[in-house]
Amino acid sequence: MRTTPTAYIAGAWEHPTRKATDKTLIQLHAENVKGALQDAGLTMQDVDGFFCASDVPGLGAMSITEYLGIRPTYVDNTDTGGSSYVLAVGHVAQAIAEGKCSVAVVTLAGKPRTGRPNKGEGAFFDDPNCPDVPYELPFGHVIPNLYGMCAARHMYEFGTTSEQLAWVKVAASHHAQHNPHAMLRNVVTVEDVLESPMVSDPLHKLDCCVISDGGGALVVVSQEIARSLNRPLVRVRGSGEAIKHLNGGKTDLTFSGAVWSGPKAFEQAGVTPADIKYASIYDSFTITVLMTLEDLGFCKKGEGGKFVADGNLISGVGKLPFNTDGGGLCSNHPANRGGMTKVIEAVRQLRGEAHPAVQVPGCDLALAHGTGGYLGSRHGSATLILERE
Amino acid sequence: MSDPRTPRPTRNEAPQWQSEDGSLILAKCEDCGEPHYYPRVICPFCSSDNLSWITCSGRGRIYSVSVFRRAEPPYALAYVTLDEGIKMMTNIVDCDLDAIRIDDPVAVVFKDRNGIPTPMFAPVQG
Repeated sequence: MRTTPTAYIAGAWEHPTRKATDKTLIQLHAENVKGALQDAGLTMQDVDGFFCASDVPGLGAMSITEYLGIRPTYVDNTDTGGSSYVLAVGHVAQAIAEGKCSVAVVTLAGKPRTGRPNKGEGAFFDDPNCPDVPYELPFGHVIPNLYGMCAARHMYEFGTTSEQLAWVKVAASHHAQHNPHAMLRNVVTVEDVLESPMVSDPLHKLDCCVISDGGGALVVVSQEIARSLNRPLVRVRGSGEAIKHLNGGKTDLTFSGAVWSGPKAFEQAGVTPADIKYASIYDSFTITVLMTLEDLGFCKKGEGGKFVADGNLISGVGKLPFNTDGGGLCSNHPANRGGMTKVIEAVRQLRGEAHPAVQVPGCDLALAHGTGGYLGSRHGSATLILERE
Repeated sequence: MSDPRTPRPTRNEAPQWQSEDGSLILAKCEDCGEPHYYPRVICPFCSSDNLSWITCSGRGRIYSVSVFRRAEPPYALAYVTLDEGIKMMTNIVDCDLDAIRIDDPVAVVFKDRNGIPTPMFAPVQG
């Protein structure tokens, strides 16, 4: 029997920058953490848990906690790529349940546009210590072609079309027009996506997410602390995590790790996909969304194309409003890692603080899902289910 | 036919793809009987270290493929399902990139990549 977590997201803050020419990496982290703590009504001195991934400068949490003046009693530097920050919330909930900490910070920052690539942004791609690298690097596995192979196979097996994939971007753009911080605010059509240059078959330029500087942070607290704050109560109701890899050559590109992380989160939360009012779905590419929706059970395997078509993901239009900030496809994919912004927009929705044009009425149950690493080889999946109390 | 060398891949070692006679090789577990890729010091299916090399037919079919158009010239990244049932990442070469299709039959061709004979695949008649 799994214990029911009693952790709450009390602070959520997204850095407004998308191009941080004049800021250092540590400065972005500091601004994120401070912003999230202010949002929660807490201070740096209250923090006793620190959760980060390899995008922080230095060794684990050491340099950054020194810089911020935090002395945590609990740290977790787990890295599962862009899903790390979704996964971290589940880890915080466990730590809080065990009394290891009561005010935890999760932070993400990066400067892929204006800085030199750091270890959180794929510098390990050619690490000779990495056992897969000698067997993959010679073939030029840049990121879009790894996702392109997933899309190509999905089309082959299930008849998914480029038009259907384009609908994911179209929906994101409908939301992004209302986000003043979004990098791409123009509403696009299916034709716009199909006419954009081919990057790696069958993915066009507009099937790919933006590259942005910035980041964000979360403050996750115990029930006692949450109730003492003057903020809406957003409870972590369920979480699940998984890693999917190439399985020794018995490889299957038609599904993601969400097939494992999703059911764990739904089981712990005691809800089903039909109960979810809003979903933040990791959107490094349009195919990432389509496959994840299938794998989380929002539709049957192979029917993702039909599910996302005709505006079904547009808030106020379709059945499953997704990524109402514009997501990674249009707004922000800071540090090449989209997990943090997924959680933040889910929190906005549950608080009723999303833009009025995209706010889901009565949004009391939301899902956030992260896919970190590479859909076409190895990736970490993390699913969160959040509830407004 | 087995190659007597035991796979002992270590870090920084050149990838092991080719037998002395120039054939594509795969690591195979002598305990559970499963081949695997990429080669390692323990079987990923049963953890045994009782491993050997098998010589592959060098034939297979394209499992998936994506032509990266931003490169000059463009190239095709693929997974090929070998006749032995194992998929490996590779490039599809020596063909019209626009004519490559999933499930096309292919055969290995070793191409020099950084001084290492590297297994790529070219379309063949099924």
